[in-house]
Amino acid sequence: MSTTTPLEPDTFAISANLAQPRLPRWAVVLVGVISLGLAGLVTLLTGWSLVGGLVLAILLMVAGLPTWSLLVEGRRAAADRFATALVWAAFAVVLVPLVWLIWMVVDHGLSAIDREFLTYDMRNVVGSGGGIYHALWGTILVTLAATVISVPIGLFTAIYLVEYGRGKRLARATTFLVDVMTGIPSIVAGLFALSLFVLIFGPAIRIGFGGAVALSLLMIPTVVRSAEEMLRLVPNDLREASYALGIPKWRTIVKVVLPTALGGIITGVVLAISRVIGETAPLLVVAGATDSVNFNLFDGRMMTLPVYIFSQYSSPGVVPVGMEGDPPGYARAWGAALVLIVIVMVLNLVARIIGTYFAPKTDRRR
Amino acid sequence: MSVTAPPQPRPAKAVVRPGDRIFAGAARVAALTIMLALAGVFVFLAIEGLPGLSAPAHIYAPAEDFWSYVGPLVFGTILAAVVALIIAVPFSIGVALFISHYAPPRIAAPVAYVIDLLAAVPSVVYGLWGGLALASAIRPVMDWLYENLGFLPFFAGPPSVTGRTMLTAGIVLAIMIVPITTAISREVFAQTPRLHEEAAMALGATRWEMIRLAVFPYARSGVISAVMLGLGRALGETMAVAMVLSASPVVTLNLISDTNPATIASNIASNYKEATPDKQALLIATGLVLFAVTFAVNFAARWVIGRSERNVAR
Amino acid sequence: MAKSIDVSDLNIYYGDFLAVEGVNMTIRAKAVTAFIGPSGCGKSTFLRTLNRMHEVIPGARVEGKVMVSGQSLYDPAIDPVAVRRQIGMVFQRPNPFPTMSIYDNVIAGSKLNAKKMKRSEADAIVEKSLRGANLWNEVKDRLDKPGMSLSGGQQQRLCIARAIAVEPEVLLMDEPCSALDPISTSAIEDLIHELKSEYTIVIVTHNMQQAARVSDETGFFNLKAAGQPGHLVEFNPTTKMFTNPDEPSTEAYISGRFG
Repeated sequence: MSTTTPLEPDTFAISANLAQPRLPRWAVVLVGVISLGLAGLVTLLTGWSLVGGLVLAILLMVAGLPTWSLLVEGRRAAADRFATALVWAAFAVVLVPLVWLIWMVVDHGLSAIDREFLTYDMRNVVGSGGGIYHALWGTILVTLAATVISVPIGLFTAIYLVEYGRGKRLARATTFLVDVMTGIPSIVAGLFALSLFVLIFGPAIRIGFGGAVALSLLMIPTVVRSAEEMLRLVPNDLREASYALGIPKWRTIVKVVLPTALGGIITGVVLAISRVIGETAPLLVVAGATDSVNFNLFDGRMMTLPVYIFSQYSSPGVVPVGMEGDPPGYARAWGAALVLIVIVMVLNLVARIIGTYFAPKTDRRR
Repeated sequence: MSVTAPPQPRPAKAVVRPGDRIFAGAARVAALTIMLALAGVFVFLAIEGLPGLSAPAHIYAPAEDFWSYVGPLVFGTILAAVVALIIAVPFSIGVALFISHYAPPRIAAPVAYVIDLLAAVPSVVYGLWGGLALASAIRPVMDWLYENLGFLPFFAGPPSVTGRTMLTAGIVLAIMIVPITTAISREVFAQTPRLHEEAAMALGATRWEMIRLAVFPYARSGVISAVMLGLGRALGETMAVAMVLSASPVVTLNLISDTNPATIASNIASNYKEATPDKQALLIATGLVLFAVTFAVNFAARWVIGRSERNVAR
Repeated sequence: MAKSIDVSDLNIYYGDFLAVEGVNMTIRAKAVTAFIGPSGCGKSTFLRTLNRMHEVIPGARVEGKVMVSGQSLYDPAIDPVAVRRQIGMVFQRPNPFPTMSIYDNVIAGSKLNAKKMKRSEADAIVEKSLRGANLWNEVKDRLDKPGMSLSGGQQQRLCIARAIAVEPEVLLMDEPCSALDPISTSAIEDLIHELKSEYTIVIVTHNMQQAARVSDETGFFNLKAAGQPGHLVEFNPTTKMFTNPDEPSTEAYISGRFG
């Protein structure tokens, strides 16, 4: 029985001794606490920001633990510890901007939101005051119109792909084109809608409906993808059972296939809405910006929440003489951002709830 | 399968019900609409954009013709996207591994959900945060880079006092593409066959060695395509860049100074307002260029995926 | 170098679920030990606890002792990675690394530990291991081909070559032939016979004839009742097990009355 020294890894003389030196379990905790303590000390002494201190703590941890491990456990274990530390660090670092962003939006947004903010538009507002009423309605109308356009097209395309087009050239081409559409930059979609309406109405045109067209271009591929996936999940036995009863194909699709997949399809549509509701660039170029309420999708500029945020950010107004602080537009931008994020999160939540609510039903039918 | 596709050659012609015909027709029309829409994107952009290629010279000011106008923009677009990728890819792979192989099962799913939430935050909110919070917070980092790595062309400085630089834009873009690349990478990591992982473990591999032996080779092409899709997103992203960068028509690798090249998309967003018809045509033409670039990137990504699928099949 | 393994009072859990209960046995060095029993009785689970592969599954844990040459495998000071280097494993389905050549597959384990290996050294390991797995003559001209290009039986022997390349002292085999045709199976069985002069071999099999053909000792696992944990019913030399078992339920199983 040979016993080789553990720090000199030899390929063949595997030691009979299974007990190689290992760091104690509390090593990770110890190094973590020391890193945090050191970083906290440095932060206090040099006046760094909280984020800087956290990053330093993470760096100390990533360097410290593997070094200790190298001294005690050897090269391979140290590499493993290093990789583990890096992976955890990557996760922690990615959380930093998320938490920071949410905190800023909530913190600044809450102080901006009051009743006036939600029920006033920006007409004739100079300085502080005003609200997002017009933008809220614009977003609702434009998104609704985009949904009305894209859901039928998307759903029928998915039906074609799954039920009719199997193996046909048109189906393959469509799948490819849907892929291409997924990759269209949102601003290009906006330019497309702009070109389309400029061709029809002349170069100065800006209408809300154009924004809806642009958004539906972005929405359709998501709808097609999710609906297609859901339809494919419907077991073939169900279709065959229906055919065996003498039910024609289209009624089978309407009465059997679609209801089975309905939950998943609605989830997909809601997720698609939540994806496009925050789109800014296409609405900026084709729906334009305005300070007034406009309920008519087909006439005149229409404000939307994302564009509102952008224009409040890019022309925030001036701080009144004798006052300190940020220009009034910033507060409104944060407030609108909070409203927008809440809408998106609620939509996401709704989609998840629908997804879980409908899922057992399809399972039972299966 | 068997019933849905009856054998084609039948002596008697099958009866087609009107309902079936209408329904099938509607489905086909929907598929054709997509084709038309995409063709429309190209055609309309071309019709409206072509005049932008040969507009009066003053439109291109300070450049002289279309290509010298769009050149710096293409450069800026690619630079911003590359900076974003360099930052985002290591983190994406790290977080994806965290979810698929490192995190305790109980927290892996919530973590995946949180990362998906990052993707749900609208880009304009990222822009707001980047411009109002990150830009000023990152100034000390840029000072440090300038003082210690100033010999590199990227950090030649002098650092911008507003913090609204290419580096800041790249970081914001990186945060935006991390969820995309993470989502795809973690899926391919998680699909690594258990058998291969166990084979590596049974050889006495540590977890990291197991990942290098079994997971990475298996997931390589999937990760590459995830990165390319992230690249496509970064190339086309508008608002975050437009809100963070203070842009001028220059070509420079300097990431931290106060003169930064714009990207195609951010240039459109910041100039559409005062656009004359000529200028509008020019902006649309640059949009066409952007479309072409992203199309090429996405196409390459898909090609990589397709090739690897064939390899696996073999 | 082969080692014997002493198992005492071993309970195996998946989370809160007790899968195998109260196993006591001594696995002899340089012999083939086979585990038989109806499916779901925990013989593969038990096998995986012998090189700590069991804990790879989230929530899985064990109670009790597994001693290998005087050291407890589940002692907190023991590194599971070191355990797996000395106790190799071959799986039910052949699983060569799909992106690696035959050569790289064999050398994969050795590469982990050596900082740098000379080409000649590596060549020697590959040839020795492939010869050890009775595969050398079939593949020596195409070592750079992908491991997946081999037939199922060859792949399984490649996996055995990969396992013995790191010179383990014990070799665990989890139904190594269940995915193979009869000819490949007999090739593997011949190989097991040759390998036992150097290694302690533990094999789980569905196939009682196989256990009778290859093993020196046999353990019979069974469930007490549906939903109850599996346990070791009988552990005896194979010849005794198949001719004159101690337990009536062993006899019932062997004679084909259930299972």
